[in-house]
Amino acid sequence: MIRNPRDIQRYNASERANHWVVGICFILLALSGLAFFHPAFFPLTQLFGSPTWTRILHPYIGVVMAVFFLIMALRFARLNYIAQRDIEWLKRVGEMVNGDDHNMPEQGKYNGGQKMLFWGLVLGMSLITITGVLMWRSWITVPVGVIRVASVVHAAAAVFMIGLIIMHVYAAIWTKGTIRAMLYGTVTRAWAKQHHRAWYRQVTGDKR
Amino acid sequence: MALQSLDIKRRSATTTPSPQARETLEVAKLIDVSACIGCKACQAACMEWNDIREEVGTNVGVYDNPNDLTAHQWTVMRFDEVETDDGGLEWLIRKDGCMHCEDPGCLKACPSPGAIIQYSNGIVDFHEENCIGCGYCITGCPFNVPRISKQDGKAYKCTLCSDRVAVGQAPACAKVCPTGAIQFGSKEKMKEYAETRITDLKERGYDNAGLYDPAGVGGTHVMYVLHHADKPALYHNLPKDPTISPTVSLWKGITKPLAMAALGAAALGSLFHYVMKGPNEVSKELEDEMEREDERLRALEKEDAK
Ligand code: HEM
Ligand code: SF4
Ligand code: SF4
Ligand code: SF4
Repeated sequence: MIRNPRDIQRYNASERANHWVVGICFILLALSGLAFFHPAFFPLTQLFGSPTWTRILHPYIGVVMAVFFLIMALRFARLNYIAQRDIEWLKRVGEMVNGDDHNMPEQGKYNGGQKMLFWGLVLGMSLITITGVLMWRSWITVPVGVIRVASVVHAAAAVFMIGLIIMHVYAAIWTKGTIRAMLYGTVTRAWAKQHHRAWYRQVTGDKR
Repeated sequence: MALQSLDIKRRSATTTPSPQARETLEVAKLIDVSACIGCKACQAACMEWNDIREEVGTNVGVYDNPNDLTAHQWTVMRFDEVETDDGGLEWLIRKDGCMHCEDPGCLKACPSPGAIIQYSNGIVDFHEENCIGCGYCITGCPFNVPRISKQDGKAYKCTLCSDRVAVGQAPACAKVCPTGAIQFGSKEKMKEYAETRITDLKERGYDNAGLYDPAGVGGTHVMYVLHHADKPALYHNLPKDPTISPTVSLWKGITKPLAMAALGAAALGSLFHYVMKGPNEVSKELEDEMEREDERLRALEKEDAK
């Protein structure tokens, strides 16, 4: 497919690479973590070589993800400050989910839902990283009471974030023309105008 | 399992019932703290029978040697000097090690199927070949017993000499104790024997003598006769009312299947949303508008080129 030269750039190459490093790490962490989370998922350890390898690798992958997530979060944080129009959008999210976006308020580069996801992930990542390090017996020894709380919080944060990511991935699949933003970096003008009109105006100078 | 003495009644990270048809006699080890002279013969016997040796360490000013349980030291004599109310001194010696809880926190926490098992005779055993070295057993244990080996990254602890018990022998430590402070037999018999010891101690003025078989963990298969059963903490911080920590129960309890159901619902809900509401596409109107704009610009370009 020859893409239209008038398409709009949404992510540059470095932002895309950063996002995929975090995404791949997250999937590996979710698969390896779920293996310990419940016996039903224990066979997932075979994906990582063996159960013991899964236990060894998980925290190291976690450290890689934490570093790249931090970089990504710093890059995107300013675009995710919550504004009045995001609150309006969130109040009417029901209409959106119902498949009718005609009356949704105009959105900037990110809509209210995306911003909530961003801050939810910032919270979840902070919790899961701190607790994960506390649980890392190969390197760290802390009192057992701390490890117990860390274990619960780590598991809860993991479920919370896996839930958020299911929604995140689904939203990208549901909204046609979105995934290419993270693959080639561009979206069509029509896509931008429909879903993020304020951003569309800002980058194109189009007043309509 | 071929040997009835090794029938397994509970297995870590396993959600279906283990074989239960055969009923095995519940066993227990009874440690009479009041009869222990601290000779450490049991410690030596444990090392001998199990072929484990801890490296020689440094003395930190107490008789405990080594200073703590390790992957190579499954039992340690704990020495405590306690001043009595009337100004006297008591030297309390407790043989520390796995209590073989009826409701074992280690087994509850372990994520690896079959790494921790409980025989139908009550012994809790680690099967290191299935152990992944995560240390969750340490997190789950109310008695701070399991240790991860620096050599192989697996968890170890007292086996209650399950290999000896399986063939009708008493544990090595019980076999070797010169004062008879360590007894081994059916749990029922051990409780009866403990009663006679407690009566004796009470006659000798230890009014609070009693059996340590804490109900919070469903009772244990290693029990103590204590002269001060009202104050177990005197014996190197033996917990008064041990239970699996509520935090561990929250972590390992009903929350897990609920969380999994929630995630499953999120995934399935997404699929059905797509099927029922359809994709969120860019409107035809906008697409046509952009198409016209593209055409217009292309025409302009051509004109410029001329
Ligand atoms: C810096 C990041 C992270 C670190 C250092 C870390 C570390 C750990 C450690 C040490 C364990 C215990 C098992 C083991 O030793 O391998 C664990 C368990 C687990 N981790 Fe992580 N982790 C991190 C990120 C994540 C992420 C992003 C997820 C999920 C998407 C996750 C999900 C889990 C789950 C579900 C468990 C099992 C919890 C349970 O047994 O209930 N972790 N993690
Ligand atoms: S004392 Fe600790 S290691 Fe031993 S059976 Fe009880 S919970 Fe498990
Ligand atoms: S360290 Fe081994 S025995 Fe202990 S909980 Fe992990 S897998 Fe189970
Ligand atoms: S029962 Fe066996 S393994 Fe346990 S302390 Fe005694 S000798 Fe050691």
